[in-house]
Amino acid sequence: MRGRMSEYVLELSKYFICGLMVLYTLSCFYAFRYGARGGKRPVYVIQIILMLLLQTICFVDLILGSKDTPMDDSVSVSMDMQYLFLFLFVEFFLLAVLFLVPAIYDQCNRLLLNNMCMLIGIGLMMISRLSFSSAIKQYIIVLVSLIISLLIPFIFSKVRFLKKMTWLYAAVGIALLSVVLILGDETRGSNISVAIADIAFQPSEFVKILFLFFLAGALWEETSFLRVAITAVLAGMHVIVLVLSTDLGSALIFFIAYVLVVFVATRNYLYLLAGAVGGSGAAIAAYHLFSHVRIRVLAWQDPWSYIDNKGFQITQSLFAVGSGSWFGMGILKGNPTAIPIVSADFIFSSICEELGVIVGICLILVCVSCFISIMQTALCIFDRFYQLIVYGIGIMYIFQIFLAVGGGIKFIPHTGVTLPFISYGGSSVMATMFMFFIIQGIFIRLQQEGGKHVEKS
Amino acid sequence: MLKNREKQSGSTKHVGNFVEIILTMVMFSVLFVVMSVYLVHFVATNEQDMINNSYNSRQEILLSRNYRGTIYSRDGEVLAQTVLDDEQNETREYPFDELFAHAVGYSTQGRMGVEAQANYYLINTNTSISNKVANDMAGLKNPGDNVYTTLDVQIQQVADQQLNVYNGAIIVTEVSTGRILAMVSHPDFDPNEITQIWDSLLEDESSTVLLNRATQGLYPPGSTFKIVTALEYIRENPGTWNGYTYQCNGSYRHGESRISCYHGSNHGAVNFDSSFAKSCNSSFANIGMKLDRTQFQTTLDGLLFDKKLPLTLTYAKSGVAVSTEMTDDEMIQTSIGQGRTQITPIHLNMITCAIANNGLLMKPYVIDRVENDAGNTVKAFKPASYGHLMTEDESQILRDMMTSVVEKGTATSLKGLSYTVAGKTGSAEYNNVKGDSHAWFTGFAPVENPEVCVTIIVEGAGSGGDYAVPIARRLFDAYFEEKPVTDQEVAQ
Repeated sequence: MRGRMSEYVLELSKYFICGLMVLYTLSCFYAFRYGARGGKRPVYVIQIILMLLLQTICFVDLILGSKDTPMDDSVSVSMDMQYLFLFLFVEFFLLAVLFLVPAIYDQCNRLLLNNMCMLIGIGLMMISRLSFSSAIKQYIIVLVSLIISLLIPFIFSKVRFLKKMTWLYAAVGIALLSVVLILGDETRGSNISVAIADIAFQPSEFVKILFLFFLAGALWEETSFLRVAITAVLAGMHVIVLVLSTDLGSALIFFIAYVLVVFVATRNYLYLLAGAVGGSGAAIAAYHLFSHVRIRVLAWQDPWSYIDNKGFQITQSLFAVGSGSWFGMGILKGNPTAIPIVSADFIFSSICEELGVIVGICLILVCVSCFISIMQTALCIFDRFYQLIVYGIGIMYIFQIFLAVGGGIKFIPHTGVTLPFISYGGSSVMATMFMFFIIQGIFIRLQQEGGKHVEKS
Repeated sequence: MLKNREKQSGSTKHVGNFVEIILTMVMFSVLFVVMSVYLVHFVATNEQDMINNSYNSRQEILLSRNYRGTIYSRDGEVLAQTVLDDEQNETREYPFDELFAHAVGYSTQGRMGVEAQANYYLINTNTSISNKVANDMAGLKNPGDNVYTTLDVQIQQVADQQLNVYNGAIIVTEVSTGRILAMVSHPDFDPNEITQIWDSLLEDESSTVLLNRATQGLYPPGSTFKIVTALEYIRENPGTWNGYTYQCNGSYRHGESRISCYHGSNHGAVNFDSSFAKSCNSSFANIGMKLDRTQFQTTLDGLLFDKKLPLTLTYAKSGVAVSTEMTDDEMIQTSIGQGRTQITPIHLNMITCAIANNGLLMKPYVIDRVENDAGNTVKAFKPASYGHLMTEDESQILRDMMTSVVEKGTATSLKGLSYTVAGKTGSAEYNNVKGDSHAWFTGFAPVENPEVCVTIIVEGAGSGGDYAVPIARRLFDAYFEEKPVTDQEVAQ
C-alpha cells in the first residue's frame, strides 16, 4: 500500500513542483504591474497558496521517501516523523511571517515579503534533505532573525540620527573585519568567522549593512571629488581586509556595491568607468599576488583536468546540475551530498539536481524579481540617504546571487558565497533578513511621510 | 536645521538619478538572462556526458534502482543482457561471446563500445508508472531502457570468420544512412570474461586487444590513399586530368629517392585511369610531384585528416601533413600513402562512403533507437549528414576510376558477380622490408546505386588484391544474400 502511494506521488510530484514554481515566478512578474506599492491584491494571496502547496508537496516527498531510512540510534523518532514535525514548524513560521508582518505593518511591500518566505521555505526544505540537524539550527536562527527584524521598521520610523554616524559605521565595520582577520577561525582556508559562545559568527555579513549606511551617510548630501576619494579609501580598507582574510566573494560584493552606489549618488559615469578599470586592475593584481585566487581561476577554466583536487567541488556540482536535467531526479533520489559543502556553497546545484533546472531557473528569476522590486522601491524614495541604502542592498543582494549561482554552474570562478535566504549559514540568513526588513522599514516610513511623491513615480 | 537641509536637497538633488538606477537594473537583468541561457545550454548539451563521467556517483544510484537494459542487433537478436540468478545477483551476459567484443564492448571494468556510448539510456528507465509501482511493491528494480543497434549479426559473423586468425579490422556501413552494419577488430576477447582477464590484459603493456582497430587503429593507408592524391590532381587540373599519361618502367626516380611499383611490376604506358586501376606507384609519385602542396593540404583538411571526425564512437585522429617545407622524398611517399601518413579504417570508410554517396558524407552511427521495456520508442536516432566532402562531379569521376579497379585493375576477382563493385586496393608497407605489407580494400556496391560500403585491413597479410578483396566479396555476398539486388531494383 505504501509502495503504491509513494511511487506515484514521488513520480508525479516532480512535475507539480515544477508547475507550481513556474506559476509562482510568473506571479512575481505579474505583480510588477502594481508598482512598488502593491497594497492588497489577489495575486499576493495566490502566491501564498502556491508557496504553501509547494512546501507541502516537497515535504510529502521527504516524508514518504525517508520512510525506509534506518533509524538513527540517537533519535527515538523515525526520520519521516522528524520531517513531519519540521514541516509543521516551517509552515508555522511562514504563516506567522505572512500574517504577522502585514498585521503590524500594514504598508509593507507584499511581494518582497512573499518572496522572502518562498526562498526561506525552499532553503529550509533543501537543507533538511541535505542534513537534518543543520535544518534545525537554521530554523532557530531564522526564527530569532525574524523576531529582531520585526523591530527594524519600528526603529526606522522613530530613530532620526542614522544619518549622523557615517564615520562610526566605517570604523566599526573595519574594526569588526580586522578582528576576524586576526582572531578568526580558519574554515576551509578562509578566515571568515569568529566563535562567540560556541556560535560561529561571520561578521562580514553584518558589516555589509554598516558599509551601506556608511556609504549612504557619506554621499547623500555631498558628492564632491574629495568626498568620493575619502570614501574610496575607507571602502578600500574594507575590501583589503576581506581579501587578506581570503573572503574573496565578500570583497567583490563590497567593491561592486561601492562603485555602483557612488555612481548612482554622483550620477557621474566617469566613476563607473574608473570602477571598472580599477576593478580589473585589482583583479589582475590579486591573481598574481594570491595563490588562492589563481587556484579558483584555474579550477574554473579547466575543472576536468583537476577533477581529483581543486576542480573536485565544481565538477561534482556540474554533475549534480547535469544529472538533474530539466525536471530533476526527484527529492531524495539524487546524490547532492557528493558535493563538498553543498548546503552552504552549492545549494543551487542540489536544487537543480533534485527539483530540476526549470525550478532552478525559476528560483533565479524570483531572486531577480526581488531585485527589481527593490530597485522599484529605490526609485520612489526621494531622500537620497535612504535611497542609497535601498539601492545598495539591492546591488549586494543580486550580486551575491550572481556569485553563488554563477560559481556553482561554472559561469564564473567559484567564490564560496552563500545564496541569500536559501543556503545554510546563520549569519547570512540573518543579515539578509535584516536587509529586507530595512527596506520594509524605509518603505513604510516613506509611505507614512505622505504620498505626495507617489504620483510622480 | 538638519530637516531644513534635507528638504532643500530634496527639491534640488534628490530627483534625477532614475536613469542610473534603471541602467544598473537593466545591467543585472541582462547578466542574469545570459547566465540562465548558459545554464539551459549546459543542461541541453551536457546531460549525458555528466551522467556518463566515471567520477559521477549518480551512475551507481541509477544502477541500484534499475537493471541495465538490453542491447539488440538491428533484427532484434540479443547482443548484451543482464541476467539474474536465484539470489537476484546480476550478471552481464554477451551471447555472441567474442563476436561483438569491440562493437558492443563491456560495462564492468570501465566501459567501451555501445555499452559506453548508450550507458545513459541503459541505466535509465522509461517503464510505465504502474510497472514502477509493481516493482517497488515486489522489491524489484526497474528494467532499464533497451538499445537497438544498427549491427547485423550475419554480416558481423562473416566479417569475423573472414578476418580469421589475422589481426586487423573490418567495417561495413550503409552508404545512404551511415548505419554501421558490422565492425570487427582482431585480436578480440570475450566480454563475458572481462573481469577475469582484465588484470592480465593490463599487465601486458604491449597488448592491443582492447583497442578497437576499426576506429582507433592507425595504419599507413598505402595505395588506398591514391584516392586522395587523384582527387587533388583532378581539382588542380579540372579540364586536363583525363589527358594525363606516363611511361612506367617499374620505378620512379627523383634525386636520391626511388619508388618501385608493387613487387617490381612494370606497367608500361598508363593514363590517369589505368594508373589508378593498376595502382602504379611510379605514376602516382610523378603525379604527387606535380601537386601544389598548399592546395593539397586544403583538400586533406576538407577530407578531415588530422581533424575531429563526426563520430560518437571513440576514435583516433588520422595523421597526415603536406607542406611546402617538406622534402620531395616525403612528398613522393605521401602521394602513394606511405611515409608518415596514417589513417583509421573508419575514416577511410567514411571517405569511400562519401564517394559512393555523390560526395555527401553521412555520419556513421551504431545506435538506432532506444525503447522502454514495453517496446515504445524513447529516442530514435535518424541518419544525419555531415556535409559534402567533394562535389558530385568529383565523386562521379572517382566512382568511375574505382570501377576500373574492379574491371581491369587490382580487384578483378570482384568482376562478373550478381552485383557490381567499385573500390580500391592497398598494400601498405609497414617496415620497409619487401613483402611485409597490410592488405587493404575499401569499396562499395552496387556501382549504379551504392548501398553498402566495406573497408578491410588485414595486418601483415600481403597484397590487398590477394587478401582483402576476397574478404570483400564474402561480405558483399552476405549483404546481398540478405537483401538481394533484385529486390532493390524491383522497388525502384
